[in-house]
Amino acid sequence: MRKILLIGLKDLILVIRDKAALTFMLLAPFLLTLGLGAVTGAFGSSSSGISQMKIILVNQDGGQLGRALVDLFQSADLADLVAPALVADPETARAQIDAGDAVAAIIIPAGFTDNIIPANNQAPSGEALQIEVYKNPLSPVSAGVIQSIVEEFISRVETGRVGGQVIVTQMLAAGLITPDQVNAIALEMGQRQANAVDQAPAIALQAAQSGQPQKAFNPMAYMAPGMALMFLMYTVSNGGRSILTEQALGTLPRLLVSPTNGAQVLIGKILGVYVTGVIQMFILIEACSALFGIQWGDSVGILVLVLTAVFAATGWGMLVTSLARTPGQVSSIGTAIMLIFGILGGSFIQVSIMPGWFQVFSKITPNAWGLDGFTILGLGGSLADLGKPLLGLAVMGLVLFAVSIFVFSRRSFAQK
Amino acid sequence: MKAILEAKALVKKYGDFTAVNKVSFDIQEGEIFSLLGPNGAGKTTTISMLSTLYIPTGGEATIGGHSITKEPMAVRNLIGVVPQDLALYEDLTARENLSFWGKMYGLSGKTLTTRIDEVLEQIGLTEKAKQRVKTYSGGMKRRVNIGVGLLHRPQLLFMDEPTVGIDPQSRRAILDSVKDLNKQGMTVLYTTHYMEEAAELSDRVGIIDHGELIALGTQAELTKQVGEMETLILHVGENDDPQRLAAGIRTLDGVMKADVTDHTVTIIVPEAEEALAPAVTKANELGIKIHSVDMREPNLEAVFLHLTGRALRD
Repeated sequence: MRKILLIGLKDLILVIRDKAALTFMLLAPFLLTLGLGAVTGAFGSSSSGISQMKIILVNQDGGQLGRALVDLFQSADLADLVAPALVADPETARAQIDAGDAVAAIIIPAGFTDNIIPANNQAPSGEALQIEVYKNPLSPVSAGVIQSIVEEFISRVETGRVGGQVIVTQMLAAGLITPDQVNAIALEMGQRQANAVDQAPAIALQAAQSGQPQKAFNPMAYMAPGMALMFLMYTVSNGGRSILTEQALGTLPRLLVSPTNGAQVLIGKILGVYVTGVIQMFILIEACSALFGIQWGDSVGILVLVLTAVFAATGWGMLVTSLARTPGQVSSIGTAIMLIFGILGGSFIQVSIMPGWFQVFSKITPNAWGLDGFTILGLGGSLADLGKPLLGLAVMGLVLFAVSIFVFSRRSFAQK
Repeated sequence: MKAILEAKALVKKYGDFTAVNKVSFDIQEGEIFSLLGPNGAGKTTTISMLSTLYIPTGGEATIGGHSITKEPMAVRNLIGVVPQDLALYEDLTARENLSFWGKMYGLSGKTLTTRIDEVLEQIGLTEKAKQRVKTYSGGMKRRVNIGVGLLHRPQLLFMDEPTVGIDPQSRRAILDSVKDLNKQGMTVLYTTHYMEEAAELSDRVGIIDHGELIALGTQAELTKQVGEMETLILHVGENDDPQRLAAGIRTLDGVMKADVTDHTVTIIVPEAEEALAPAVTKANELGIKIHSVDMREPNLEAVFLHLTGRALRD
């Protein structure tokens, strides 16, 4: 064990003395976070995070649900997050978004409420009416937040509607009501549901469910971990590269002729990479907290999430190293993976606003699982809410390490 | 004296290529044993097998009674290795390098500190011990490279061409340090392609070529193989054809061999002085200009030439 720790410590010292690597590991993600924050408007106000996002509301509905959604965005609960403006015409709203005047327009079509809650004695139209979120492509993160709020609202409405249908059907089947009472009861339930949505905004409900104080979503809390996770991939591939560098420099064969076995050397090297990654993540987390005012959330959750995310990322680093033949190959493949995972995993674009196939592929990256975890914690979640991201990262790490060790065992690092 | 190392029919193959072919020798405690041979002869591969880095394809060897294949850890505790290429962490200081490698050999605490100080003194780098290795000259790096191999006081030290690519002063210092270590009781296996180094250092020499040990013995025993022959070396100009000169010289009386390396013709003769005049005359006849001449008494170079038909530099 002592030798494993010594090898890991030696690698950590070497990384600390490598100015180029340090710049890439610590300064680059920090500057990119800063840059993305500026581009996406995160610094658009006096607040340190995104707040007062300008949105445009077009309510052509006139029913309870349309009014409820407008009320939601105009509520005191979202006052810090959004600055809504009402516009009558959808085309005007879209033109304002195209001009970059706001991050998104929410267009509620005429008949939206009636489409979901038919008026007395009227059958549903059968035509599904949808709320349109017209997004500013230059503010993907902010627009993504708005879309998430609308989706949550629609989800609650849909849940109530479907639930009502099921209840009425079961009551009918049980003989508790007669067929001629169905319409009246369904209408009553629909109106109650609309009132409930109106009275209990989705965002406030989410905060209440978590038992935590309500939190305003700070997009910097998404960008910063996104960048940290992306550059974590650089760190782990650079660390893996050091195995092949030591082979080329002759220090690895020298280690292997000392009274140290190959497993100790490999575990020591992996430990060095892992510890470097963990330290990098915590430095970035602390720096972003101090300079951007980011609230990362439950500290125990953050600790466990970072440890697990670095474990999965280190697995990728080892896999690349086990398959490469030269340090240069590790650098090339590692850089490519860093960028691809950065895009795929949501470091640049929020995965939830991407197509379904993209979201599925994103799950091969530690970035996507890690960002899910950071978002949960940033919105007030705790370690108990991290089950899915932690499981995804742990399984990923275990599989990657198993494959890497198998490949390592089939090649001799002693022979040049 | 008893043998600290015994190698029996060591073989190392890479596919169809045989890098080392049935090499057998032993090293007695307290001696300096040199493996002499040109680049690519199999010296490093042999040391790599003996130091447990490579697994032999065939044969066996024991060091201190421990099998290199069955008890590699026991062997590693007995040996020190100075690899041909520098194997140091250049972003660490000399002291940090020695400390790390000392710990890898199980040293710790005061023992480690004392040994680091002693080795730094021995390699003459006490004053610059806190500088990063990357700031050192090539010779200084070589000395640290050797120092790492000495830290744990190995019973048997493997030195694989430790003087390659360094200045004459550093080379001299390394050769002197090898002799000093040997005087202190350390057994040394030294590989080189420099005949002079093997001649100066070794109690016994093994000559290796194309993966095979072609001669083994003391210098006196080996030079007897070429009888009382001397070596006459003619250096010709770059525009002249040394092959034509060698062919002409082979026709002269008393010439046993005449071989060419680059722009040098190496001639084996009973009396080098007597052969000089006819050789120069032949060169004049062929219109070839001789730039300089060397004459050598029977030596390992002549043995190698005698055994292989090639010079060690080939």
